[in-house]
Order: sequence, then C-alpha cells, then structure tokens
Amino acid sequence: MSETVEKIQSIESAGASAIGSVASLAELEDVRIHFLGRKAELNDILKSIATLPPEEKGPVGKAGNQARGKLEALLAARQEELETAALTQLLEQDRIDITLPGSPVAGGGALHPITRVRREIEDVFIGMGYKVAEGPEVEKVHYNFDALNHSPNHPAREWTDTFYFEDDVLLRTHTSPVQIRVMEEQPPPVFVIVPGKVYRRDSDATHTPMFHQIEGLAVDEGITLSDLRGTLLEFSRAIFGEDREVRLRPHFFPFTEPSVEIDVSCFKCSGKGHLKDGSRCNLCKGTGWIEILGAGMVDPNVFSYVRDSGYDPEKVQGFAFGMGVERIAFLKHGIPDLRLFYENDLRLLAQFEAGGY
Amino acid sequence: MRVPLNWLNEYCDSGLGVHELAERLAMTGTEVERIGRHGAAETDGFVVGKVLTREKHPDADKLSVCSVDVGADEPVTIVCGAPNVDAGQTVAVVQPGAVMPDGTKIKKAKLRGVESNGMILSERELEISEDHDGIIQLEQHFDVGGVAAGAPLAEVLAPGQDVLELEITPNRPDCLGVHGVAREVHAITGNPLAELELGPAPEGDETFDITVEDHTLCPRFTARIFRDVKVGPSPLWLKERLSAAGQRPINNVVDITNYVMLLTSQPMHAFDMDKIRGNKLVIRHAAHEEKITTLDDVERTLDGQMLVVCDAEGPTGIAGVMGGQISEVSSETTNVLLEIAAWNGPNIHRTSQKLALRSEASGRFEKGLSPILPLEVQEIASKLMVELTGATLVSSTIDVAGEISQPQPIELREARVEGLLGTRIPIARCAEILEHLDFKVEMSGENLLATPPHYRSNDVTREADLIEEVARIQGVDTFPATLPESPTAIGSFSPAQKLKRGLEDLLAANGYSESITWSFTSEAALNKLAPGGELPGVRLRIANPLSEDQSVMRPLVLGGLLEVAQHNFARGADAVRTFEVGTVYNGTISDPVEHTALALLLSGAPHAASWRDAAPGEGDFFALKGIIEAISANSGVEIGFEPLDGDDHPYLIPGRSATLVAGGQSVGYLGEIHPLVAKEHDISGATAAELNLDLVAAALPAPTTFESFTSFPPSREDIAVVVPQNVPAAEVIAAVESSGGKYLQNANVFDVFEGEQVGEGKKSLAIRLTYAAPDRTLTDKETEKARKSITQKLEEIGGALRG
Ligand SMILES: [Zn+2]
Repeated sequence: MSETVEKIQSIESAGASAIGSVASLAELEDVRIHFLGRKAELNDILKSIATLPPEEKGPVGKAGNQARGKLEALLAARQEELETAALTQLLEQDRIDITLPGSPVAGGGALHPITRVRREIEDVFIGMGYKVAEGPEVEKVHYNFDALNHSPNHPAREWTDTFYFEDDVLLRTHTSPVQIRVMEEQPPPVFVIVPGKVYRRDSDATHTPMFHQIEGLAVDEGITLSDLRGTLLEFSRAIFGEDREVRLRPHFFPFTEPSVEIDVSCFKCSGKGHLKDGSRCNLCKGTGWIEILGAGMVDPNVFSYVRDSGYDPEKVQGFAFGMGVERIAFLKHGIPDLRLFYENDLRLLAQFEAGGY
Repeated sequence: MRVPLNWLNEYCDSGLGVHELAERLAMTGTEVERIGRHGAAETDGFVVGKVLTREKHPDADKLSVCSVDVGADEPVTIVCGAPNVDAGQTVAVVQPGAVMPDGTKIKKAKLRGVESNGMILSERELEISEDHDGIIQLEQHFDVGGVAAGAPLAEVLAPGQDVLELEITPNRPDCLGVHGVAREVHAITGNPLAELELGPAPEGDETFDITVEDHTLCPRFTARIFRDVKVGPSPLWLKERLSAAGQRPINNVVDITNYVMLLTSQPMHAFDMDKIRGNKLVIRHAAHEEKITTLDDVERTLDGQMLVVCDAEGPTGIAGVMGGQISEVSSETTNVLLEIAAWNGPNIHRTSQKLALRSEASGRFEKGLSPILPLEVQEIASKLMVELTGATLVSSTIDVAGEISQPQPIELREARVEGLLGTRIPIARCAEILEHLDFKVEMSGENLLATPPHYRSNDVTREADLIEEVARIQGVDTFPATLPESPTAIGSFSPAQKLKRGLEDLLAANGYSESITWSFTSEAALNKLAPGGELPGVRLRIANPLSEDQSVMRPLVLGGLLEVAQHNFARGADAVRTFEVGTVYNGTISDPVEHTALALLLSGAPHAASWRDAAPGEGDFFALKGIIEAISANSGVEIGFEPLDGDDHPYLIPGRSATLVAGGQSVGYLGEIHPLVAKEHDISGATAAELNLDLVAAALPAPTTFESFTSFPPSREDIAVVVPQNVPAAEVIAAVESSGGKYLQNANVFDVFEGEQVGEGKKSLAIRLTYAAPDRTLTDKETEKARKSITQKLEEIGGALRG
C-alpha cells in the first residue's frame, strides 16, 4: 500500500472522528471546510493524482473518492441530527398561553327554541314516513270551521275568540284547515304534519294571541285508533324519553270521532306523581300524567268535504292530531313564561345555541 | 257544572271514592276540572244537639245561655246569639276543635264571662243559604225522632260534601244535568240508575191560549198550570242541594225550576199566571228594533230573527234567553204557569251573541236540547210543585209542537268496530254499553241496530258516533299501540323546506340568532319606518284586534327585528345580529297574499370582539352583503344587487342600499337603516335585509351535476384599474369578464383605493384575475393576450390600467 493511500485513510478516520465530536452546526461547517474544502488536504491529494506514478493513480484515486463520499455522508447525517436537536430546543422554548380565549368563529348565533322543538318533532315524523305540509294563515271560514265539521254555533267561531278580517276571512285558529287543503290536493294515502303559526283572541299569563301548532294527519285504508296510539307513543318516547307511556282519554273535537286527549307519563317524577323526597310533583300536579295533545279519528263528515278527491269514508279512514309547540318547548326545556318566546332576548337565545339532543 | 257528590249518589252510587270516581269519569270522557268541596272540609265535630234549657245571658240582652245535650256524659254550655233558640229544639252544633266552612277554627271561648263550648249553627254558617236570622231548627225540616243527641250531623244534613266540578263538552248537554252524569256513572260501573220521579195526575183540565208562529225556531212550547201555590222558602234539603251546586236559593217556585234544571239539564220558566195580560201567550219573531226590559233591568233592542214570548199586550221575555219583569213570580203569586220549551240552538246562540246577553238558560239551549225533553220534565217539576208549594196541578201538559222527528236506528257492524278501533269489542259488549247509555238496542244478525235516546239524537247520528260511545266506555286507554301499515309512505322535506332549514343553520353558524316576532303590527309602528311620512302599501287589517298595537298584519318583518334590537340594547347587549323566517302579509282581504320572508338585522359589530380583534368595527352594508352572498352560495341561487328603485323603502339610506334580484325579479332589499328610523327605535344604526324566500326557492337550481375540473395549476395576475368614482365595480368586473377570453375563470375585486395618487373623482380597483385551461398550463403569452384585450375593453368604459 502506498504512502499516499495510507495518508488518505488517516484523513478519513480523523474526519470521521471530528464529525462525530462536533456540537453545533457552525463547528460542523468548520469541519467540512477543513476536510472537504477547496484547501483541504484530501482535495490537494486528489488534485495531485496526475503527478503520481501510473501504478499509484488508480488506488489513490479510488481511496480518495471513497473517503470523500464517506465523509460527505457522515456530514449530512450529522447535520440532520444537529438541526433536529436545534429545532427541538427551539420548540421547547416556544410557549403560548393556552388559556387565552380562542379566536371566535363567526358563530354564536342560535336557532329559536320554537324552531329547535319544531324541527325535532318534524324529524320524528319524517322518520315515520310523513311529509311536511304548509298552508295560509289568513284563512277562509270554510277551511277553518265549516269543512272541519264545526257546528254553526261553535264558540270558537265567535268574534270574541277569533280574529276576523271580515265575516268570511279570519286568522286561522289551528293548523287543521291544512288537513282539508292537503286532501283536496292529493288522493289517499296521506301522511303529513303541518307546523305553523295560529292565532286566538286571548292574551294572558297562559295565552298569547299568536302561537305555534303542529298538526298531523294520516289517512289510508285500515288506519285505526290503535295506530294513533302507537304513533303518538313513538313520538312521545322520541321527544320525552324512551321510558314514556301514553294515556288516551276520550274527549270531544268537532272534526274527529272518536276524539281523545293524549297524556304522556310525567318525565320529572317518572309518572309517580311525587318526587324522590316525597313532595308532590309540580309538573304533572301530582297526577303522574301531562296532557300534550288532542287527537282522534277523522270524522266521516270531514271526508265528505273532500269526497271528490278520493276520500270515501267507507273506504278510507285515518287519524289527526294537533299539539302546541310552545307547550312541548315548555315541557322539554322548562321555558316558564310564554312571553319569553316572543321577547327574543339574546340571553335566552344564547342558551339555545346548544339546545341539547 | 258542579255536581254535589251526595246528589249524584242518590241516582247512581258508584261505590267508589271521590278520587277514583273522578278518574273513571275522566277516562270515559267526562273531564273533571277539580274535586271541590261545599261546606266544611272535615265533618268531625259537627253533631246533632238537643237544647235542654235556655236562659238569658246575665250580662248581655241578646245572648242566650243554653244547656245542650251533644251526647256527652254531661250537657255542655253554649252561648247563642240567635233570637229563635229555645229549649226542646234539635239543632246543629259545631264543637271546639272543628273547622267551619269559612276556615274558622272553633275554640272554647268566654262570651261576656260565660264559657261557650261551641256554636249552634245558622243556614249561612253552614253555607246552605244567606239566612242568618236564626239557628236551624232541624225538627222543622227532618224527622229527627230517631236521631240521638251527639249523632253526626251528616246523618240529617251534610255540613260538608265533595263536589265534582265537571267540564262538559258541547256535544253533551245531557250531562249538564245531575241525572245525565249519573247515567254515565251507571254505564261506567254497571251500578243501578234510579229513575226520575214523576208527578201526580192532574186534577183538572184547564187550558191556556198559546200560539207559536215559527216551529223551526220553537219546535215545542209546553205549559202546565198550578193553582193555590204558596210561595215561600224552600225546604232545607233543597236549599242545601242548590247551594252545593252553586245556585243561590230564592223561593220555592224559583228553586224548583233551578233544581229541576240542574237535575235534567232542561231550563224552564215560571210565570205568575195572573200577570199574563189577556190570558194568552204568543211566541213570535220580534219586530225590527222592538224593545224589552229584561229581568236584569236593562232595555234591549231586538231584531226580526229573535223570538219573543208575548202576552196580549207585548213581549214578556226573550225566548230561551231571559224573561221579562212583567210576569215574574213574587211572594204574592198564587197561580203559576210553568213554561218548558225547546228552542233552535243556533238561533238562541245568535240572539245571545247579538244582545251580548248570556244566561244559564241560553247557555244550555244554544247547545241544542231535545224537543222531547220538555214533556218528561213537566212531569218531574210537577211532583215538586205539588209537594213543596202545596199547589194543585189543574192541567195536563199544554203542548204546542211542530213536527218532532224521532231518533232513528243506526246500524253498528261488529267488523267496523274493530276496523276503526284496531281492537275487538264483542258485539254483545257493545250492546250492553249502549243499553246502559239508554240506547234501544236490537240485534240484526252479526250487527246491531241502536236507537239513541232523544236527548242524544243530535250527537249520535252515525255508526262512527256509536263506535265512539262504545270505545269511551270500554276505555280507549285499554287499546293496543300499533303503527300504520303503509308501505308507500316516505318521509321527506320539499326543496323549499330544505332551503329554509339550510339557511337557518347557515345564519346561526354565522353569528345570527333567530327571532320570532309578532305577525301583528300597527299603522303607528309601520309609520315609524317612514321618516316624516307613511309607509306605502295596502294592509290587511284585523276587524276585531285585541289592541291597536296588534291590529295590522305585518307587510314586512323589519319592524319586529328593530324592536328586537331595541329590546336587547336596552338590556345591555353590545351588538344585535338576528334573523327571522316568517310569514308576511300583503294584498287585500279578498285576495290576501302571504309569503315566507327571511329578514336579517345587524346592529353593532358584525362579529364578536376578541383579544386579537378588540374592535371589529360597526357592521355595515358590506358586512350584511357578505351574508347575502353566503346565502346565494349556500342555496345556489344567484342573487344580484341593483340600485334601489322607487320609494318603497323609506327606511333605508338610498345610496347605501340595494334591491336584491334573483330569477330575473326583485326578491328583496339590503341596506343601511335610515338614521331617523334607527333613532325611533333607540338604536344608533343598523343594516337590514329581507328576502322573499318563496321566490328564492322558486329559483333554486336543479341538483348539482359534476363538472370535471382541470388538474393544471391556474395562473393568477393582479391588476389595478382606475375608473371614475361613479362607475360601479360590477360594471368593471363585467367588462373584464366579457373581454378576458375563454381561459379567464374568475375576476374579483380585492381592494378599493381613493386618494391623490389616483386623482380626484376617481377610484382604483385592485382585481385578481384567475386563468386556467383544462388541458395544459397557460403560457405567459396567452395571459398577456387576454390582458391586452381587457385593457382595451376597460378603456371603453373610461378605465385605465395603473402601474
Ligand atoms: Zn310528575
């Protein structure tokens, strides 16, 4: 082995050891210049190859290039090591105050609790195969009373109870006229719910002249009162919790026969009528039941108004129900005063940004 | 309807506790509003006493000191102030420790130095009548021979009893009578129902001249004549019963009419027969503007659709509503003509409405009482007239009736019962229920024929009505819970409904809270939206508003949202960002037009402040325009902004407002609120917008179809264009887009600059151009060419490229 090759090998091992021992990127650069720079010994040796005797040229050139390659690789590896360490150190020192508030998204808006509850009810019925129908609020007496089988002297017709524009035009007192409008438009089967504003001439602690109802109508062959019960049981459990039961009490409505009122078992006292501490439950007034809606089997007289649209009372039958959205919102969210629904106080609305599920 | 439990039990004793009875009634269709109480809450301490001795109080003229046997080892001393108390009487005594009906607790007390161990009671103290002139002498009213001193008073006279307060649905006027309610109890429990007791045969065949001119409005008018009537106070049992039912006792004749009404639901009227002028009654239509003074001493003006009951000289009462003063029964009355009639319900209702005169009678007649009922009720009333007033019945029923239709049988198919209810009720059980409810039932093969009692023949006319009767007594709550089998039903929202939900969510996510404001407004509130003038437009005006504030249907939502802002700023809010989706009303009463509006209001900062953006500034036109643009992007409906035209929007600042255009028509407005309008609402300023959502929904695009996009990177270039100040940015963009060639994808204004550098009356718009081709990266040459074309086009509209 020639003297020069030995020299190269010693440079290589000196370089490797120098690279291994540097502690900073600056030192590493010095080492690079010292071993691989233009003026480095290795460079000089490689430049002088031409002057070597012919038999040495090959081995020296090979050794020199190997040494350079190895040192370059070691330098690159060491550089990455040092850079990573430097970054780690930098990040170690980078501390923000994570307790400062986040930059607000544009949000902070909330749906009205009425809308939340309305949507929740809509979704339950959409899931049971219903569509959503709508109708006018300025309504004809025909749709609001006559076609719904209200007797000519039904008290709701009175001007003391209902807002009129003139004798034949009023503000609808319930969402039920949409039953007639829907049946006029489409033959059975019909499965619709009708959310909307309704109006009654009443204003006190427990009444506002405008409020919201959701009507339901299901008409097909063979729909029974038991189907009404099952449907409203599903509804009650979806809205008020899966342990709920419903109770049907006979009642009277002009446009259903038989008519019932539906109570749901109290979710505050689990239908017991009293709380754990033995005190009387004020939500259900100690009865264990809460009235939530009126319902019944569509009266044959109502079908007779839409017979031409395919509603033969001997062939089709169905049920209808109607509930107050404010009442459900009160029961579900405990909003205690009807007026709060229409004040639109942002502090109330903000509470419903997340209304719960 | 107040039903004293003792009275009810006399006709059908349920054998149930009052709470259980109330529950059973409620579950079979008779709503119990509450269980009330008449008289004392507890009957303990109320006993029968025998007065052994009575002496004058040594120190008080008007007081007596009585020794009373109350069943104890020794008689007790009771001081009594009643003038009629005396030895030998059987009296009602309340003992120390008991609580009076008015809540007073009885204690031993010294009265002028003499200890009194309780009280001897008057009628008023027991809430039987107003009578407080003396104590009750039980032996005058009851057979007290077998009643020992100290026996519970309840053995002869209830000091307190439960009263069911019922809410009777309008289809069941028969349940406005205790006997009707008793029949319900009979049907529910199967316990026997006592029949009503009928009167004696008449002792004479006197008659009376009665003419009914219109049998449509007066299907039947009956009368009976009683002579030798002695008007006086009613017996104690009758007074007690009326009081418990909430009716004040007056005299025996009037009390009988009230008692029989409360028992049977049929109102009636007793005439002093000697005061009927000319010995005749005519039931006729009132003359137009005919006048009558009713019993309540008010002169009423009638119309030709109302009926009056007249004697030879004129009206004595408004038929079915209220009697007149002329022939009222008084203490001198000796001959009574008892009228029991049937009237047309809707006409009674109309009359009572029109006159604003409601009475117990009109409230019952308007529900449509049976025209057969008066015949039965005459019999029931006669018994009491004869027994309690000493009268002689000298006529049979004088009956002036039109054609009275009899109830017809209705078929009930067993299969139909199950078909409607979804549960089987055997036909035999259906028959049993209907029979308990007084229907005449006859089997007809598998089915049955049921004839309703006459007093239910308005209410029960069809098979469905029979099924309801069966269902409610059987108990609707016992039916199973099933779901309809309708395989074709698929639930879904319409595109317009989805749009509404999508936009509500979009707005809430962008910091806008939803309001729901009144559909009503007032002219005054609307005129607040028009500084110094009136808001144009036609309004829908409510004929009978609750107040002037709520007399007009809102033609736009804005006023409501301004009030929301006013409310919240007054309560310390620092900004109001709100929206409402609701109906607005236009058009005329004969042709009302409703549409769903989406309204927005921004007052204060457009978004919440934070430590990184401590002062987000005031919201303005552009802040809300951004929201409208987001609505446009979210819905896919292109919404354009055009200068406001006309003066339909006096509430906006004209130069800072726009008409919103979609589908080629105006769909709303966006603009900054006029400072005077803001001031009217106590706010410093606001920006508002309102969109007709129905029109936006009509412009909804078809569902998106995929378009392939280039994978070659776009090239971007920013240019600055100087144009005269009055040239709208939209015009500049239109010029750029029309001249930028087919590879220009997009041109957006990202900065606006005015100042010396660009020259007076000019502005500089910085526009970012985006070019792209589907198949290659564009060369500089290609974009340069497009830019030249743009420059040329801009020059045509007076613009120049800067820099
Ligand atoms: Zn409860």
